[in-house]
Amino acid sequence: MIKAILIFNNHGKPRLIRFYQYFAEDMQQQIIRETFHLVSKRDDNVCNFLEGGSLIGGSDYKLIYRHYATLYFVFCVDSSESELGILDLIQVFVETLDKCFENVCELDLIFHMDKVHYILQEVVMGGMVLETNMNEIIAQVEVQNRLEKSESLPFILH
Amino acid sequence: MALKIVKGSIDRMFDKNLQDLVRGIRNHKEDEAKYISTCIDEIKQELKQDNIAVKANAVCKLTYLQMLGYDVSWAAFNIVEVMSSSKFTYKRIGYLAASQCFHESTDVIMLTTNQIRKDLSSPNQYDTGVALTGLSCFVTPDLARDLANDIMTLMSHTKPYIRKKAVLIMYKVFLKYPESLRPAFPRLKEKLEDPDPGVQSAAVNVICELARRNPKNYLSLAPLFFKLMTSSTNNWVLIKIIKLFGALTPLEPRLGKKLIEPLTNLIHSTSAMSLLYECVNTVIAVLISLSSGMPNHSASIQLCVQKLRILIEDSDQNLKYLGLLAMSKILKTHPKSVQSHKDLILQCLDDKDESIRLRALDLLYGMVSKKNLMEIVKKLMLHVDKAEGTTYRDELLTKIIDICSQSNYQYITNFEWYISILVELTRLEGTRHGHLIASQMLDVAIRVKAIRVFAVAQMATLLDNAHMLTGNTQRNGICEVLYAAAWICGEFSEHLENPMETLEAMLRPKSQEGNTDSTTAQEASQLMIDRLPLFVQSANLEVQERASCILQLVKYIQKLQQKDVEVSEEVCALFAGELNPVAPKAQKKVPIPDGLDLDAWINEPPSEKVDEKELARRREARKQEQANNPFYIKASPSSQKVYQETPGVEHIPVVQIDLSVPLKVPGLPMSDQYVKLEEERRQKERAEKKKKDKKKRKEKRSGRGKKHDSGPESEEDITPAHMVDIVTEEMPENALPSDDDERDPADPHKALDIDLDKPLADSEKLPVRSHRAAEVLKSPAEDEEGENVSSLEPKKKSSKEKREKKKDKDKDRKKSKEEKKKKKHKHEEKEEADLLCGQADEPAFQSEETNEVVTPPTSTSADVSDLDFWLSNAPVPSNTQEAATVAAAEAAPAPGAISVTTPDSEPEEPKDTEMEETKSSKHKKKKQKREKEDKEKKKKKKHHHHHHHHGDKGGEESVQNGTVEEEEPLPPMSNYCLLAENSYIKVAYDIQGNLQDGSQVVVSVIFENKCDSFLKSMEFNVLDSLNSKLQRPEGSGPHDSLTIPFQLPPGVSNEARFVFTVQSIIMPQKLKGTLTFIVKNEESSTHEKLDFKLHFTCTSYLITTPCYSDAFAKLLESGDLKSSSIRLEGVNMPFHHLLARICFHHHFSVVERIDSCASMYSRSIQGHHVCLLVKISSQTVSVDAKCDEPTLLGNVLDEIKQTFSQC
Repeated sequence: MIKAILIFNNHGKPRLIRFYQYFAEDMQQQIIRETFHLVSKRDDNVCNFLEGGSLIGGSDYKLIYRHYATLYFVFCVDSSESELGILDLIQVFVETLDKCFENVCELDLIFHMDKVHYILQEVVMGGMVLETNMNEIIAQVEVQNRLEKSESLPFILH
Repeated sequence: MALKIVKGSIDRMFDKNLQDLVRGIRNHKEDEAKYISTCIDEIKQELKQDNIAVKANAVCKLTYLQMLGYDVSWAAFNIVEVMSSSKFTYKRIGYLAASQCFHESTDVIMLTTNQIRKDLSSPNQYDTGVALTGLSCFVTPDLARDLANDIMTLMSHTKPYIRKKAVLIMYKVFLKYPESLRPAFPRLKEKLEDPDPGVQSAAVNVICELARRNPKNYLSLAPLFFKLMTSSTNNWVLIKIIKLFGALTPLEPRLGKKLIEPLTNLIHSTSAMSLLYECVNTVIAVLISLSSGMPNHSASIQLCVQKLRILIEDSDQNLKYLGLLAMSKILKTHPKSVQSHKDLILQCLDDKDESIRLRALDLLYGMVSKKNLMEIVKKLMLHVDKAEGTTYRDELLTKIIDICSQSNYQYITNFEWYISILVELTRLEGTRHGHLIASQMLDVAIRVKAIRVFAVAQMATLLDNAHMLTGNTQRNGICEVLYAAAWICGEFSEHLENPMETLEAMLRPKSQEGNTDSTTAQEASQLMIDRLPLFVQSANLEVQERASCILQLVKYIQKLQQKDVEVSEEVCALFAGELNPVAPKAQKKVPIPDGLDLDAWINEPPSEKVDEKELARRREARKQEQANNPFYIKASPSSQKVYQETPGVEHIPVVQIDLSVPLKVPGLPMSDQYVKLEEERRQKERAEKKKKDKKKRKEKRSGRGKKHDSGPESEEDITPAHMVDIVTEEMPENALPSDDDERDPADPHKALDIDLDKPLADSEKLPVRSHRAAEVLKSPAEDEEGENVSSLEPKKKSSKEKREKKKDKDKDRKKSKEEKKKKKHKHEEKEEADLLCGQADEPAFQSEETNEVVTPPTSTSADVSDLDFWLSNAPVPSNTQEAATVAAAEAAPAPGAISVTTPDSEPEEPKDTEMEETKSSKHKKKKQKREKEDKEKKKKKKHHHHHHHHGDKGGEESVQNGTVEEEEPLPPMSNYCLLAENSYIKVAYDIQGNLQDGSQVVVSVIFENKCDSFLKSMEFNVLDSLNSKLQRPEGSGPHDSLTIPFQLPPGVSNEARFVFTVQSIIMPQKLKGTLTFIVKNEESSTHEKLDFKLHFTCTSYLITTPCYSDAFAKLLESGDLKSSSIRLEGVNMPFHHLLARICFHHHFSVVERIDSCASMYSRSIQGHHVCLLVKISSQTVSVDAKCDEPTLLGNVLDEIKQTFSQC
C-alpha cells in the first residue's frame, strides 16, 4: 500500500499532497516538513530509499523518492510494494505529466494542481497501484479532458 | 432562467479562478497569510451563491488552500453540493475536494450515500470512475456497508476501466466492513482471470494485500497464483504474486519446493531488476522455510548470494541498498554463505550513503563470530568517533550493543573487554541511549559472576568521574549510566576496593538526577554515615523517603552499637538474598489456579469510578517504573539455558580469573588494549596447542595430523578468557511454555482473518436495497429445502445398502483404519471399472460413495486436501479448465516442468472412446499398485480426497447460487483425450481458449514415453488450414515444425503447449499433423514418426465464464439470441453429475439451479453468449439453448450429445 504521495520543490513548498490515510491539516504540514528535511539533505547520488520518518508510518514504511530538477516526488509505501517497482512508477507518473503538459515544469504543477491530481488518480487509487501503462493512463486522462471540454461549450449550444 | 445563467457566468468572469489565486499568493509573499484570509472570505461569498459553477470554482480553490495547510472542513457541505452536480467537470472537482479533506468523522458523509450510489450506476463510466476514486479515499464503515453490493456489481461492469477500480476499492470496503469479504470473495477471485490485464492486476493487488495480513486463509489460492506466475508476463503482477508467495511459503514448505524451480528460471531469464530482486527475495523466504527440512539447496543459495553480490557491487546505490537488505535475510539461516562476503560489507560501511551504511550494519550483526567480534567492534568504534549526526551514531551504538549481546553474549570471549567498551560508549556526546548502556551494564554484572569484581571497580571509577559525564547538560541521557553504576556498586559492594571513597562520590549531590539519587541512597545504606540529612530535604519524593528511612535505620544501629548490642548479623540479613533476573512475560505465563476468578470482586466496588484518564496515567507511571527497575527485564535475547530450580550460588562454578591480566586499569579503561591482550592470549594458546599437537604427533606419527594445525583456527579453538556462567532468567513455577505474541487488537486486518473456503450462508449476503434482489434472496432458501428432501431419500437407501455390503465384505465390524483404506481403494477400482465399461452401476456406486462419506467432508477440508494434492509432487496433467469456482484449486504443471511418473509396466488399458478417462485412471492404477505394496498410505489418502473434490463440485456450484447442499461425489473426469499413440509414445491433448485473445487457443499436449528407450529431438508439426494456424516463432516458415523443448527418459511424461490462431470458431475443425522423434537406447537410435489429427471442437472455443442470474435474465430478454434444442434419451445419472459433466467437458457454469432444472452459461473466446436450459425428467434430458451464433450453437449441442452418448 502507498500511504502518501508528496510532491514538493527544493524549498519544501508543497506542490501536491495526497494522503491515503487521514491526517489533520497541521499534521500533514508537519509530515511534509519532516519529509522534506529528510530528503533534501541527501545527495543526488545516494540511494532513493529512506527508512520512514517518525511521523508517517513507522518501521514498516519506506520513503521512496526521485528528484527531478526542482521537484521531489516522494512516495511513502509499506513493505508490500516493491521498491524498484515504485521507482518505476514515479518515472511513469512523471513521464505521463510530461506528455500531458508537454514538457512539464514546476509552474505547470503550481498552476494546475487539480489536473495533476486527476492524472495521479489514474495511476494510484486509494493507495493501490491502479495502472502502470502510460498509454492507458494518458488515454483515460484525455477522454476525461474531452468530456470536460464538451461540457464547457457555450451554454447556448446546450 | 437563461438570464440567470448568463448573469452567473458574467459573475464568474470577475471571480478568481485557481490560477488567479495561485498567482495572487505568489505576488503576496510578504503578507501571504493576510492575502489568503481575504481569499477565504471571497470563497465564502462565492459558496453562498446559487450558481454551481461558482461554487465548484470556490471548492477547487479550497482544495489548493488545503494543500497549504488550511482547514477547509467548514465547507464540507458545499463540497457535497458540488459532488452532486450533474456535470462531470464539477463532479470531479467536488470528489477531489472530498477525497482531500473528508475523513471518518466528517458528518456530512452520511448525506452522500445516495449521491454516490447514483454516480456508481451512472451510464457515464467516468462519473462512476470519479465516484469510485473519491470513495476510495473517504469510505467509512457505513458507506462500505451500504455500497458494498453496488460496488460488487461493478466488478462485473462491461468496461475494464470500471472493473479495475471496483476491484481495487473492494479492499477498502473489506477493511471498513469485514462482513463483506466472504460474499464478495468468489467474484474477486474470478477477477484474477479477467481478460483485461489491468483488472487482473488489480485483483492480484487486492488479494495480495489481504493475504499478506492473514496468509493462512489464502493458502488454497496457491495453485491459481502459481498458474498466473508461470503464465503472466506483466512484471507488476509477477512481482505482487512473487511477494505473496514469499508470505505463503512459511506456512507451507511444500509450496516452497514447488516454487524454487520457476523462480530460479525467472532469476536467470528476467532482465527487469525489480523482478529479479523480488524473485531472489522469495527464494530466500523459501529457503528459510525449508531450512529445517531440506538442507540441499546450496545451489539456490549460491545463486542468490551471487546475484546479490552483483547488486551490491553495482554503482547504482539503489541496487546496492536492496542487495544488502536481501542479504540480511539470507544471513538469518545461512550465515556461512554471507560471511564469505565480509569484505564487501565492511566496504559498504564506508559508503557515503547513510542508508547503505545502516544496512551494512544490520548485516554485521549476523556476521560476527567469536573470532572476529573484537575486530568488528573496533572498526565500529572508529566509526562512532567519526560519525556526524547523532542519529547515525546512536544507531551505531545500539548496533554495537546488539552485536555483542546477541544470543546471550555468545560471541564474547572477554567480558572485561566488553565492560570497557560500554564504559567507552558512555563518553559519547548527547546519546539517547543511556538507558541501553545502563541496562547492559546491569545485565552483564548480574549474569556474569566472574566479572563482578572488575565491573564494580570500573563503575567506582565511573562514579568518581561522574562530574565529567554529567557536567554537560547535553549528556543527560548518560545519567542513566550513573544509576547503573551506583546500583552495581551497591549490590556487589563486597567487591569495592575503597568503599568510603565510592560512597563519597555517590553522595556528591550536585548534579544527580532523581532516580540516580534514589538508588544511590538505597544502595549506599550499608555503609551509611552522615550525608543523608541533606537528601532528606531533597525535592524528589522517593529520594526523601529512602533517605529518611535509611537515616533512621542507621541511627538505630548506631544507638544499638553504642549499647554494645551485636546487630551486624541482623543488618546483614536485611540486605541478604540474591536477586536474579526475571524472564520476560514470566508473570503472564503463570496459569490461573482453579477456582480463582480474577474478574470477581474481592470487595464490592466503590460507588465512584476512577476515570479512564487517571487509570491511563497510572498505567504509564507503572510502565515507567518497570522500565527503570533492573529486576524487571523486558525483552532480552531468549535464553538458551533452562533455569534450574534453585540456583544456589554453590552450584555455579565460578572460575578464577586469570590474574596474569592486570585487573585494575588506571583511569578510564581502553578497550583497545583488550584486543591486543586477546590477540596475545590466543597466540599463546595456539602456541601451546601446537606444542601439544607436536607432542601428540611425535607420539602417534600418523599422517592425518596435518589438517589439524595448518588451517585457520576454528570457532571452537577460541577459548574464552573467562569461563563465564551466564545466569539466566527466573521463571515462576508452573509457567506455561507457550509463547504467543498477540496481534495488536487495533489492527484493522484482524477483522479480516476470515475463513474464505467455508461455503456462504444466506445470512452473509450483502445488504441489498432493491426490491428485486430481496426475492432472489428468498429463492435459494426454498431451493435448499427442496434439495434436502430430494437428496435425503437416496442417502438413506444407500446407507442401508452400505451396511449390507459391509457385512458381505468383511464381517468384522470394528474396522481398523487400514481396512477402511483398503475399502476405499477397492471402491476406486470399482468406480473406474464402472466408468470404463460405460455403464454406471448407480446404486452400488452410490453406496460405495456414502460408505466413505460417513462424515461428509466439508468443502474446506476438501479444499485443503486439493492443495495437498497439488503440493504433493504427483503430476496433475488435467483439470485446468474445470468450472470456474473449482479451477482455483487446481493447476496444471508449469510448462516445461518435468513431472516424473513411475514407469508403468501394467498391461495397456482399453483405448477406445473412453480415452479421456485413461489419463486419470492410469494415475490411479499406478497409485494403487504402489499402495498394494503398502507404503504410501498418506499419498493414497490425498489422492482419494482429490476425488472428493470432484464430487464437491456439484455442491460448490450450488453454493454459488446460495444453496448449500451435500450431494454424492462425482466420478473423476479429465479433459485430456488421446491424440495418437504407438509403441513408443502416447500423446494426449486438451484445447483451451485463450482468455486474453479472441483468436487464440492453447493446445496442451502431454507426451508420455511408454518404452524403455530415451525419446529425444521431438518435433511437432501441423498442416495449417486457412482458418487455423499453428503459431511458430518469428522467422520460421509456415511449414516448419516446432521443437519440443524437452526429452523424455523412459516412463516419463511431460506437457508442452502450442498456441494456434483461429479465425472462425463456429465450426469444428481437424488439423493433420505429425510428431517426429528419435528413439535412443544403448544399441541404436531410430527415427520415428507418428501421425495425428488434432480435433478442434467448438467446445474448446468456449470459456467457463460465470454469470449471475440477473445478467443472465437480461441476456435472454434481449432477444438477440437464436434458439435451438436437443433431447438426450436414456441418461442414467444424477442431475448434478450431468450438470458437472456439461460444466467440465463443455466449459459451462451453472447460473441457477432449481430442482431438476438448471440454467447454464458460457462464452466463446470471441464473445458469443451460449445459454442453456437443462431439464431432466425420467432419464430424458432436454436442453434448450440460445446463442447469438446458430452454427456454433448447433455444433456445441452436437458435441454435448456426443458426450452423453458415450456415457
